[in-house]
Amino acid sequence: MTEPVLSIKDLVVEFPFRDDVFRAVDGVSFDIMPGEVVGVVGESGAGKSMTGSAVIGLIDRPGHIAGGEIRLKGERIDNLPEAARAKLRGKRIGMVFQDPLTSLNPLYTVGDQLVETIRTHLPVSEAEARQKAIDLLAEAGIPKAAERIDSYPHQFSGGMRQRVVIALAIAAGPELIVADEPTSALDVSVQAQIIKVLKKLCTNHGAAVMLITHDMGVIAQTADRMVVMHQGKVVETGTVGDIIRRPREPYTIKLINSIPTIERKDGAATPAPAANDDGAYVQVKKLVKDYEIGGGGFLKLMPGKVEVFRAVNEVSFSIEKGKTFGLVGESGSGKSTCAKMIVGLVRPTSGQITVDGHDIWASGAGHQERRKRVQMIFQDPYASLNPRWRVADIIAEPMRTLGIARNRGEVDDRVAELLRRVRLDPVVMRKFPHEFSGGQRQRVAIARALSSQPEFIVCDEPTSALDVSVQAQVLDLMSELQAEFGLTYLLISHNLAVVRQMSSSVGVLHNGVLVENGPTDAIFDNPQADYTRMLLDAVPDISKVA
Amino acid sequence: MLAFIARRLFQSVIVMLVVAFIAFLVFRYVGDPLANLLSQDANQADYDAARQRLGLDQPFYIQFFHFVGNALQGQFGTSYRLQQPVSQLILERLPATIELAVASSIIALIGGVGLGIYSALRPRAISTGFIMTASLIGVSLPTFLIGIGLIYIFAVELKWLPSFGRGEVVQIGWWRTGLLTSSGLRSLILPAITLSLFQLTLIMRLVRAEMLEVMRTDYIRFAKARGLSKRAINFGHALKNTMVPVITITGLQLGSVIAFAIITETVFQWPGVGSLFVNSVAAVDVPVMAAYLVFVALVFVVINLIVDILYFIVDPRLRDGAKSGR
Repeated sequence: MTEPVLSIKDLVVEFPFRDDVFRAVDGVSFDIMPGEVVGVVGESGAGKSMTGSAVIGLIDRPGHIAGGEIRLKGERIDNLPEAARAKLRGKRIGMVFQDPLTSLNPLYTVGDQLVETIRTHLPVSEAEARQKAIDLLAEAGIPKAAERIDSYPHQFSGGMRQRVVIALAIAAGPELIVADEPTSALDVSVQAQIIKVLKKLCTNHGAAVMLITHDMGVIAQTADRMVVMHQGKVVETGTVGDIIRRPREPYTIKLINSIPTIERKDGAATPAPAANDDGAYVQVKKLVKDYEIGGGGFLKLMPGKVEVFRAVNEVSFSIEKGKTFGLVGESGSGKSTCAKMIVGLVRPTSGQITVDGHDIWASGAGHQERRKRVQMIFQDPYASLNPRWRVADIIAEPMRTLGIARNRGEVDDRVAELLRRVRLDPVVMRKFPHEFSGGQRQRVAIARALSSQPEFIVCDEPTSALDVSVQAQVLDLMSELQAEFGLTYLLISHNLAVVRQMSSSVGVLHNGVLVENGPTDAIFDNPQADYTRMLLDAVPDISKVA
Repeated sequence: MLAFIARRLFQSVIVMLVVAFIAFLVFRYVGDPLANLLSQDANQADYDAARQRLGLDQPFYIQFFHFVGNALQGQFGTSYRLQQPVSQLILERLPATIELAVASSIIALIGGVGLGIYSALRPRAISTGFIMTASLIGVSLPTFLIGIGLIYIFAVELKWLPSFGRGEVVQIGWWRTGLLTSSGLRSLILPAITLSLFQLTLIMRLVRAEMLEVMRTDYIRFAKARGLSKRAINFGHALKNTMVPVITITGLQLGSVIAFAIITETVFQWPGVGSLFVNSVAAVDVPVMAAYLVFVALVFVVINLIVDILYFIVDPRLRDGAKSGR
């Protein structure tokens, strides 16, 4: 039997605090064989990233390895002095981080960073290192690598940067790559390509991969075996097919069940056909938004110098009362700009938006009307709640500004009622946002959106910052509230599965153009536009496991 | 990039015109210039003649136009107090101030960046604690107290260094330098240190804060994960990223060092533009004050322009940003 590349045994990582010790990783053991891709899956706080940091030796202080051992090709590495560990990094263990936008130094060219890394580890000349760098970039799928090597990171798109990051990680030919959420910050279509590149490069260079992710779909596509982690412990280990088809532990079963899939659930209500008639509750007609680029300042004074970027191009759709319209698209497709125009935060260049017959952008009465009827839920519950305000004040703010309730007792009653509606204990109204988990914060955000008694809520990626199991709860809550109050939703998401579960009709945005629009089932089962087909194919789905 | 510089230059010209206008107002309307120029027993005829000769009877905008025209040729009139052309006075004293400012900025930059990096890389060391405490004292002590303290220790008690003046100077063209004689250099030490202490502590604290911030970023983590040497990470990747804010602050500080070295120059009897200004204020020497105002604005505008150009050299993102106008 061959020796494992990486062998972790009873690993414990502890964070000592003033009066408590937090065990981020608690007795984790698993092996990775040469050339194998092992997926480590779990929700945030499961200790999976910390395990990765322990392997590469970059645990942030005051955290430290408190027990167990890590062996690289049989040689124990967790107790090596820092200098010796630093020599392993890059040379024998490479690492890929989550966010390609921040993991490259913005002030150096891609080539400089590659050459520097190669020359740190390999005894080659500047010219040889440069040639190797070009080869690596080409292998990672960067077109015209020889020309692009002298570009700076900001001149690459997110997907291209992640290719560069992978090339950097593999530059010195390590035996093991630790990839920490390598695709989570990327669009679905790019995600699929990056997974391929990662897999290809690791196969070509004979590196094993420890793939850390919260996305079961990515693991299903990529990994040979998987390790399921929960609260610092390994819950289940096995081949990917086994675990996904026959999960044994209750936690794994729960995790797999909470993943939304783009296949339609049996028993889901047949959605009504999408209406495009004038009687619809929300109507968006030929919405256009142009941004001026080029020539700021006094160059603007010169005529003919202004270039125009059309972020949203004649988008039209309508939503019936009490239904959900899903708007999907990749980053930069204009979906968030659409949302901002519909809630009245960004003025459209042209086009018309009406809610219940009132023009959103009409002045005077229409303006006030809009504020009451239309509310928004934002993506990041950590950033969208004022950290210095108590929950009660956050929820009560729309009521106060819109004059719905004025005296204190009435406001408190309403806040308590809203908290109950989003399934939170009214006692929490005295707390601050940081005392809540991500899912609870998003409930607070929903309560705030409901507090002006709106009929139409625009949800911009309401669950993409949340763990899958929490996501499922929030989505359930949204559906229940819709049934209870007859709310109309515009659901904006890059996650096709979420859109499929939630909405009755769907629009697909691509480069500001609505390429397809219709009933959810029709579009998912029988997509007409090439772009929609490409998107659907790119979705990593656990049901695709062979 | 050229468009960007052109735009900046255009803005600079506007700033200078506004400042010139204020200087002109001061020059023209603070007191009656003729009362200062003519002797006590001048009669109305002398008065009118002088008015005509100086163009004071002309309309407001023409006077301003003349003022700007003269200023462009470096003519700001004659000092009431010293009866010499103002531009000549400033030029005579400028070398002293510039040598002092540059010397103290070099001390501040080397000391500040060095100590800042040191304390950022060893955040827990005892020496860092000591440096941070000392820097607090440096920020909070007033300049004149530091100057007097240094004079007391090094000039009065130890008698190592002179306590005032520039020492022997050598004339090179119109530039009178103290850097070529040993007494000139010795005279420079105390005022330069006094002037630099505040800037040094400021730069040090800034570099430290920025560096700690940068060390937490993903690309530093990724650089560590690639196994780069400590040296390459700290001085190649981290330091360059801390430079943008440091350049801004240092540039503005250099400007204020040149323009407002007044206290240090007064304490050390340094014959620079700062002490010229103080003496002129005391004597209500309006032409000197007006010229000084324009001079200070020019220093800041030029330094700001240089800082903006340095940004381009340091940060490649701005080079592309300028092309798309953002």
